[in-house]
Amino acid sequence: MSATSTQVGELARRSLVRTLRQPASIIPSLLFPLVFLALNSGGLGSATRIPDFPTDSYLAFFIAAPFVQAALFATMGAGTDVAKDVQTGFVSRLALTPTRGNALLFGQLAGVLAVSLFSSLTFLVVGLVAGVTFESGLPGMVVIMVLATLIGIALSSIGVMLGMRSGSGEAVQGMFPLFFVFLFLSSLTMPRPLIEQDWFRTIATYNPVSYLLEAIRSLVITGWDGRALALGFGIAIALVAVSVFGASRAVRMRWTRT
Amino acid sequence: MTDTNLGIAVHELHKQFKDGPKAVDGISLAVAPGEIYGFLGPNGAGKSTTVHILTTLLRPDGGYATVQGYDVVKQGAQVRASIGAALQEAALDPMLTGREHMRLQTALQGLPRSTRRPRGNELLERVGLIDAADRRVGSYSGGMKRRLDLALALVHEPRVLFLDEPTTGLDPQSRSDLWREVSRLAREDGVTVFLTTQYLEEADVLADHVGIISRGRIVAEGTPEALKAEIGRPTLEVVPVDPADRQRFADVLARFGPAASSAKPSAVAVLLEDGADALASVIRGIDADSLRMDSFQVHKPTLDDVFLAKTGESFAQGDQGASASSEDESLQPAEAPA
Repeated sequence: MSATSTQVGELARRSLVRTLRQPASIIPSLLFPLVFLALNSGGLGSATRIPDFPTDSYLAFFIAAPFVQAALFATMGAGTDVAKDVQTGFVSRLALTPTRGNALLFGQLAGVLAVSLFSSLTFLVVGLVAGVTFESGLPGMVVIMVLATLIGIALSSIGVMLGMRSGSGEAVQGMFPLFFVFLFLSSLTMPRPLIEQDWFRTIATYNPVSYLLEAIRSLVITGWDGRALALGFGIAIALVAVSVFGASRAVRMRWTRT
Repeated sequence: MTDTNLGIAVHELHKQFKDGPKAVDGISLAVAPGEIYGFLGPNGAGKSTTVHILTTLLRPDGGYATVQGYDVVKQGAQVRASIGAALQEAALDPMLTGREHMRLQTALQGLPRSTRRPRGNELLERVGLIDAADRRVGSYSGGMKRRLDLALALVHEPRVLFLDEPTTGLDPQSRSDLWREVSRLAREDGVTVFLTTQYLEEADVLADHVGIISRGRIVAEGTPEALKAEIGRPTLEVVPVDPADRQRFADVLARFGPAASSAKPSAVAVLLEDGADALASVIRGIDADSLRMDSFQVHKPTLDDVFLAKTGESFAQGDQGASASSEDESLQPAEAPA
């Protein structure tokens, strides 16, 4: 095993252990999206009677949301963890070892990845138990987990970037409402063509979150929609590239040593 | 320059932060291998900045420094491989156990897999944490965290150890335990120790050589004994029974030497020009003026006196509280004969 993979492995283990020992950091990321799912699928069920609504099950329509919401929570978790590491001097301790700066980033993201997979699996099981039919079948479910993981990594990298740059957990948490605005100003609750307000529809059209939701949604209610998947994966991969690059730069900025 | 023969060599080191004063203003010093160097100064004097430069975490604006013969700017990786450091805050994760910290640190320092666990256990044993090794660090006391921090700094057997205020906030027993281990590292293992402290007693008891830093400059350097010998004269501190008599006491004491600083606000202090021989005359003088003392205390010159002499400021008046010197010769309860 190379030195770098050992470093990443040990830091990933630490990230995971730390997360598992703080149930308060996992439970909300599972519970809140599920509560939100229950409330919306119950309260907005009549929306399925709107002409051209793509499915007669609002639960099937809305089940895409928890995957993105969980990623938002992961963003906060990763960001505040990293900010704590800056505040306590843990980052300086690591900088004094032969560890590469990016090992910290990838270790942190590996921990997020594990939590993200667990969350996705939970949402899929809850969906199946609640009666959602995944039109793309088991392979589609696997693709949903892959996409959700990509979204988790992208958003967590933004969290790491914020945590590294600010060194303040409060600053990271202060960004949470902004992320939620992005989520709500998307096709979260209604297909874009059916949004009545022009301004809302325009924002939702330019909001990349819409395409992430629509890619997951297509696998649930349509089957295999190449265009939706290409857009969703394209945006997710672009987000991963940009955010990992930004997080990597932030780590380098904090990882000062001669 | 024979840097390779020196544990640490620093020449005219400078560092200024943006829009701030010079944190380090032309520091030069040398620390021999196996020596404990006490870097003493109040908060904000430039101690931690110097440590950050010497441990490669900060780039100096000017000057030159080597650690184990390696340039701290040009040979950062070699410096880091030679040093261990416990910085000001014990940088620990409260969610991990002591053993998990050891596992992480031994892996990140690149120890072979087969030696990681034994080395971790050996160090946990040495710092007295083996029984608490499987407890989360969040439940450790301040002293335990410091000892774990020290153990983590030692996993790769560094030849030079940097300790930035390692005993700040510790109770006397924990402080004493840490001193014993640091002392052992230098005496038995030959580790060079660069220790910053704001405790005069710590530098006095532990360090072979002391550098006193004030406002980014070294104002005095030498062995604790040599520095105190420069001052030479003992200090007498008198606490009046009636605080209103402080001025009258000061007038009497002024006959025996210049006023000195005291950590006790109620005391009047004088640097005895004729040494302890003047004590009988002082008592007679106080008695002649019918003054009553609550207590009096003679102490040999301390590093506080050195700091006062070199900077014109009392160390005790800065950030650091009064530190009892082992050399104090307390004569209480004492009262001038009626």
